[in-house]
Amino acid sequence: MAYSDKVVDHYNNPRNVGTLDKSSEEVGTGLVGAPECGDVMRLQIRVNPETQVIEEAKFKTFGCGSAIASSSLATEWVKGKTVSEALEIKNTDIVKELALPPVKIHCSVLAEDAIRAAIGDWKKKNGVAETEAVAAH
Amino acid sequence: MSTVTINPVVPAGVTLPIYMDNHATSPMDPRVLEAMMPFFSVKFGNAASRNHSFGWEAEQAVEQAREQIARLIGATAKEIIFTSGATESNNLAIKGIAEMYRERGNHIITQVTEHKAVLDTCKRLEKYGYRVTYLPVKADGLIDMDDLRRAIDDKTVLVTIMSANNEIGVVQPIAEIGKLCHEKGVIFHTDAVQAVGKIPMDVQAMNIDVLSLTAHKIYGPKGVGALYVRRRNPRVQIAAQIDGGGHERGMRSGTLNVPGIVGLGKACAIAQEEMATEAARLCAMRDHLRKRFESELDYVEVNGSWEHRLPGNLNMSFIYVEGESLLMGINDVAVSSGSACTSATLEPSYVLKALGLGDDVAHSSIRFGLGRFNTMAECDYVADKVIGIVKKLRELSPLYEMVKDGIDLSKIEWAAH
Repeated sequence: MAYSDKVVDHYNNPRNVGTLDKSSEEVGTGLVGAPECGDVMRLQIRVNPETQVIEEAKFKTFGCGSAIASSSLATEWVKGKTVSEALEIKNTDIVKELALPPVKIHCSVLAEDAIRAAIGDWKKKNGVAETEAVAAH
Repeated sequence: MSTVTINPVVPAGVTLPIYMDNHATSPMDPRVLEAMMPFFSVKFGNAASRNHSFGWEAEQAVEQAREQIARLIGATAKEIIFTSGATESNNLAIKGIAEMYRERGNHIITQVTEHKAVLDTCKRLEKYGYRVTYLPVKADGLIDMDDLRRAIDDKTVLVTIMSANNEIGVVQPIAEIGKLCHEKGVIFHTDAVQAVGKIPMDVQAMNIDVLSLTAHKIYGPKGVGALYVRRRNPRVQIAAQIDGGGHERGMRSGTLNVPGIVGLGKACAIAQEEMATEAARLCAMRDHLRKRFESELDYVEVNGSWEHRLPGNLNMSFIYVEGESLLMGINDVAVSSGSACTSATLEPSYVLKALGLGDDVAHSSIRFGLGRFNTMAECDYVADKVIGIVKKLRELSPLYEMVKDGIDLSKIEWAAH
């Protein structure tokens, strides 16, 4: 299968790989996917409690090149956004940016899920009311 | 910024890309191509033309090829039927026997890790009222002889079990199966595509009645194969699936692919000559690859029996790394993966699942298919590259991090999607 240049770029130079302190109040962790399905994404965000701006984002992904690229891109996009702005990122935006073929759309869905799960975790920790249901499927 | 790309030094004598996927197909041996060449041009005759020298020349070449193939598997020339390849050979064998022996019974026995050319043929026969038993395999990929013994009943007409598996290279106990089938009076067919020319195959010693083989797995051309059909003790009959001019003793009509057949014959002759030395060389390379992976990486596993295995096969799981992402990082090396992402169906390999491996292990598997033209220097380059990429991808793998932190992944409630 031919990968788009952007997927190859994220695969070769993944952005924001790493781990944040899960126990920190300011950190939200989203772990989505399953090993049996061939992809697991962990996306973590560190949110400024004053401004609700995501100041740091880290990921680790077990999955194909498109899954790695989708989560790498997600960390780039959430950084600098407020929590509510980040929730507006749609999987279709990721598909478009990375030119994912139809068989790889699930990778983008997983990345969107990861963003929502990380924000959901942060909200829970900080007693912020859930305005949007965390996507589960 | 971390970088996934790994670029080890390319050793002298190694040119990229490296082909290490010889179970899928093999490059043609130049000696085979040389033997074929005249039959594309000056020796273009139809082997069925009985009344001029063009036809005689073609027929003579075909008969020589028949001899070469027969000799490699311990058969006689008259028992070799030419086809377009192993898929056709398997279809002809299974459907042709099922049809011919319908009066005697309607039960067929096969096993779960067969190639789709066998499994899907059996599935079609089920639609036509045949009963098919799909034997399981043990964790090492081998069938249990007791399972087979129990499965044979008075309606069983055919047992079809592959000689060697195309993904994990596991070699089934063919001689034992043949012996049992002959004791029970059941016809034994084997898809020997991966085994012929790689390990000794003898239809007499192994009591094989019908055997499928193809040229392009043994450094011959694509589009030509053969079916061995036993003529004595017992004589096996096959109902033709392609009707026409009555070629190949009426079992397979159609003008013979003379250049292809010449190529198949030559490929068999070379294989017979060089099998022993080649097998030793392939085993050494395979063992070297395995040793390097096991000594330089953790969480690697060989899939399938190591003892009963083709010389050129190494199927290994690099756990906590997904197969397609690994292939992406070694794009100057041609290997294949059991990962779902590399298949059209998005399902991980049914062969690896049949061994009882978890889907996560199947997703992490890579098949290295070593062949005649691979070298030890290539193996070292491939090992360097794979080891480098696996280490990098594990830095990216949340699963590897969790396992290293002592977390039991099986205790986590994963949200399957």
